[in-house]
Amino acid sequence: MTAVPEVMPAPVESGGLDLFRRPKETSGFWSWFTTIDHKKIGILYGTTALIFFVIAGIEALLIRLQLAGPNGTVLTAGQYNAMFTMHGTTMVFLVGMPMAVAFGNYLIPIMIGARDVAFPRMNMFGFWVFLFGGLFIYSSLFTGIANMPNGGWFGYTPLTSTPMSAGYLPGRGPDFWVIGLIMLGIGSTTSAINFVVTILNMRAPGMTLMRMPVFVWMMLVVAFLTVFALPIVTAALIMVFFDRNYLTNFFVAQNGGDPLLYQHLFWLFGHPEVYILILPGMGIVSEILPVMSRKPLFGYSVVVFSGIAIGFMGWGVWAHHMFATGLGPVAISAFGLATMLIAVPTGVKIFNWLGTVWGGSVKLNVPMLFSLGFIAMFTLGGLSGVTHSIVPADTQQTDTYYVVAHFHYVLFGGLVFAILGGIVYWFPKVFGRMMNERLGKLSFWVLFVGFNLTFFPMHFLGLTGMPRRTYRYTEGLGWDTLNLVVTAGGFIIALATLLFVSNAVWSWKRGPIAPADPWDGRTLEWSIPSPTPEYNFAAIPKVEARDDFWHRKYTEDDQGRLVRLPAGGSGEDAAVDVSSIHLPSPSYFPLVLAAGLPVIGYAAVYKNPWLAIPGVLLLLFGMYGWAIEPGTAED
Amino acid sequence: MAQAALPITHDTHGDHPAPSAGVTNTKLGMWVFLSSDCLFFGAFITTYLLYRNRNLAGPTPRSLYNIPFTSVTSFILLMSSLTMVLALAAIQRNDMRRFKVWVMATAVFGILFIGGQVFEFTEFYREGMSLRTNVSSSIFYVATGLHGLHVSVGIVWLMSLWGMAMQGKLGQRDAEAVEVSGLYWHFVDVVWIVIFAVVYLIP
Amino acid sequence: MRQKLGWSRVRRIALLLAVPSVLAACANDNGQNSLSPKGQNAKDIANLINPIWVIAIVIGIGVCLATVFVALRYRDNDGKRNPKQTHGNSVLEIGWTILPALLLAAVAVPTISLIFKLADTPPKSEALQVEVVGKQWWWEFQYKANQPKFGVDEKVVTSTMLHVPVGAKITFSETSDNVLHSFWVPELSGKKDVVPGRTNVLTITASEEPGLFRGACAEYCGLSHANMKFWVKVESKADYAKWIAAQQDGPAQAYEGEVANLTGKKYQCVNCHVFDNSATPNYGPNLTHLASRQYFAGGMYRTNRANLKRWIMNAPSMIPMQSQECRLPPPATCVGMPSYTTPISQNGKPLPLMTSAEADVIVDYLLGQK
Repeated sequence: MTAVPEVMPAPVESGGLDLFRRPKETSGFWSWFTTIDHKKIGILYGTTALIFFVIAGIEALLIRLQLAGPNGTVLTAGQYNAMFTMHGTTMVFLVGMPMAVAFGNYLIPIMIGARDVAFPRMNMFGFWVFLFGGLFIYSSLFTGIANMPNGGWFGYTPLTSTPMSAGYLPGRGPDFWVIGLIMLGIGSTTSAINFVVTILNMRAPGMTLMRMPVFVWMMLVVAFLTVFALPIVTAALIMVFFDRNYLTNFFVAQNGGDPLLYQHLFWLFGHPEVYILILPGMGIVSEILPVMSRKPLFGYSVVVFSGIAIGFMGWGVWAHHMFATGLGPVAISAFGLATMLIAVPTGVKIFNWLGTVWGGSVKLNVPMLFSLGFIAMFTLGGLSGVTHSIVPADTQQTDTYYVVAHFHYVLFGGLVFAILGGIVYWFPKVFGRMMNERLGKLSFWVLFVGFNLTFFPMHFLGLTGMPRRTYRYTEGLGWDTLNLVVTAGGFIIALATLLFVSNAVWSWKRGPIAPADPWDGRTLEWSIPSPTPEYNFAAIPKVEARDDFWHRKYTEDDQGRLVRLPAGGSGEDAAVDVSSIHLPSPSYFPLVLAAGLPVIGYAAVYKNPWLAIPGVLLLLFGMYGWAIEPGTAED
Repeated sequence: MAQAALPITHDTHGDHPAPSAGVTNTKLGMWVFLSSDCLFFGAFITTYLLYRNRNLAGPTPRSLYNIPFTSVTSFILLMSSLTMVLALAAIQRNDMRRFKVWVMATAVFGILFIGGQVFEFTEFYREGMSLRTNVSSSIFYVATGLHGLHVSVGIVWLMSLWGMAMQGKLGQRDAEAVEVSGLYWHFVDVVWIVIFAVVYLIP
Repeated sequence: MRQKLGWSRVRRIALLLAVPSVLAACANDNGQNSLSPKGQNAKDIANLINPIWVIAIVIGIGVCLATVFVALRYRDNDGKRNPKQTHGNSVLEIGWTILPALLLAAVAVPTISLIFKLADTPPKSEALQVEVVGKQWWWEFQYKANQPKFGVDEKVVTSTMLHVPVGAKITFSETSDNVLHSFWVPELSGKKDVVPGRTNVLTITASEEPGLFRGACAEYCGLSHANMKFWVKVESKADYAKWIAAQQDGPAQAYEGEVANLTGKKYQCVNCHVFDNSATPNYGPNLTHLASRQYFAGGMYRTNRANLKRWIMNAPSMIPMQSQECRLPPPATCVGMPSYTTPISQNGKPLPLMTSAEADVIVDYLLGQK
């Protein structure tokens, strides 16, 4: 049944619901609202996530200003609680995850030799749901800062699930948070389904699984983790919403509910989520290191399998977030052991990356600096992670600034470093221009110093007793100096971000024009022009090896040294008439469908069923329009 | 194989090689979605199992179950899976007349099931078990209610297919779209069997 | 030359960061420093983790140096070198899979034995039994009745200041009727969460020397989570015996006259507080022996005339609380203690506002409640 049907389907009267003219534009401002091109959607994800990164950064700076000295008065307690909640929520759900989706969207098809993703319109839908979900959560601000989410990024019950009238948390924040997160979950799940199917189904001939770039592998693992983890937290959030608004008893201890159940469900999602965040970073670094060292990745299959192993083991360690909750010694011993175990495949990756650089011809350019920074900083975060698996010690560390230091080393020193390196690395492929090298190096070093100044002292703050999520500390606790250093470091990070973003903006307009293959790359995306043409590949490549593009350029002699092959051997076929390539056409309907969700969201938060009607109508209109509209418009 | 302007089917592209996994994108996508949905229901069913013996103040679902009645509605839902199979077989051999009959029958069975659920909920509510009575009642209403929501989405989907078939907009070439809706429908049935067994039958 | 520059830069940054931090941390005598353990649990934990930290720091520095080393040693910005194309090395890869695994296995053994040791609960007669109740945002301590070994005859309900004799084992049973909290005295023990609907048990051993230790709530519990502190006062056996006996005496002064009128009828303090019976828990702290507590208000303020007076008149100005409606009957939203000087009406009728003189009467009484 997989054969392509022989006959053209009878044209359905000019594309279904005729309320709209079918959008045709693929360039210009409005085309961004209807685009289903995976590359444009990738750019949309990336820029949106970058904007949210800046917003969450500002929140972090407010937090740091408040804590710069004892008894800070920059924020009130309520405002501070909203800031750390939104900082965490934003960084995890509106920066980390969509940033990985941005890279995945842009790169997966051009890395596996495909013209598009499996479900272009669903892809578009995923983006708009993400954007609307983010805006929905932030729209709580318009009704006053008291209505911003303020229950922490993991929203522990019964604090979040107790009805507003009890006064445990002021405002409607938790409602916005719950509904917004459910929406973001819908968005991530659709994009994850799209990635799974794209990677499994759309590979070019010869691109076997074990020839895929490591980044694609990691995105496949991430997509599966997303597909399986998000429904669990969605279920937990639905229970929170019902408890809060319809007085159910899921987490009401007096009526037999169990607040710990929420923690189990949340971390059963939340720990795989940690790997959802970090694995794309590992993938990016695994692409940059071999190219900049002019050597293949050391132990490709080990790196891939340890990534898969992390993906599996990530499901067996969730309770290490709950060592202090009184689970009993047997359970916490088991989870402690599992947590130690997961350090093994992670360590393997670090050694393999070092092995990749070892003996290479290393170009110390900006992507490489970020990748090497990733290895070092992620290792430090990993090691403090191992100290958490020493359960008795974790009871001193958990919920203190030591943990804050730990996960920032992993997620900032790890993920953000990888993302920034990845942006510089693929910038020429995306925008056709190189980023400025000197400014890039400057931003790396400023960031490196700022990062360590910010997060290294936090280890000591935590161990000397400073709990996290406290809007103030009194004087005389010996934390004043370190906190001031941390705040100063935070502003240095802000400066580095400013440098990096201005570099990107300047280079986007003015940077030197990039060749197709500026880094002497190894994977298929470097075989096509920069910036990537709309159709990606004029002719679908035939893949014969891992790092196929590299092997079209080089061969090895019997000592294992590189020998350049004569040019022109690559498969790029100038004879292909690109005008005959049919790509799926732009569409309004995914946007319409996505727009229905926040309307229903407001109806839920304000318990106003009338408001739900336009939402459902938008939903139905978007769905039917989408279903009836053919994938590609008639010419 | 790679000639230009091949016919475009739903969300697949012209000259791309055959799917590497051997299943079409739409079907594979639906499978992945359903595996995700499994964990969604899994979370609720696990919660039910954890909570079923706690705080039995007020009428609990178990004290109110009308097993014969629910068995009948469950049987109706099971039968709808059979009619769904028949509908798919009909469209695959281009027998649109029978397709319309079977797909409508499937939707009607679904509606009967939902009707049964609505009846059951109102009956329970009248006997004094509301959403907030105890933990078992909370999880019972939310879990079975969300399943009902899934069935309702399926009914809308099937009715839409039926409507398109009535307008002659659906033909043999759309057998895959029907197959995918069938996957969803069968999944919802299977989930019900699990819920019926775990939530209703386990003493 | 270039390499040398790189090395020294790295070393400088590392020193710049690490040395002052380590010094600051170890020299910190704030009474809340897990690096300066005083109780047996905290000492056991430190003895377990300290060598592991050394290993971790060595590995961390090793990997960081290795990263810098490969970057500088194989630096080849002009692309002159033609590197050997190694695709992997099974022996090495198996080696660096097994070595960390062995190391972790070695670490796992003492870890698990300590987990079980810390989970051990001594027989009730051997340890002081204290019920810990997490409130928003203060701690209530209930010494269980009938513990002759520890001088407790009648139940004692106190708050914020926990008195224990030197070297004693104490078993805490932790509960909460509101949200999650976490009970943490870093210098005596690791933390244990307080979970509504459950009773979590934590046994600690008090330090051998008398001392005043800080405790804190470590689980986010709403608006004033940062202000939910407490103190553990480890006392000599004689001092402790004196204190616990005094707590079981009735109130130092009779609860009658104007103070009873003010706190009873006029401002209805008794809705939440108990003034004359140290055995009865209530919504708010039991005030029967308030003046014997060095600190109040979640451990944030010293118990003295000025603080108490300000607190009685307008508590939310000292600790953020959602207590604007506390003077109104349910279903008004109320978490914490209201202001008695902020105008508020019930059914259109303004409620009385506290005068300075009235507050003085109450403070006088409270300061006499030794």
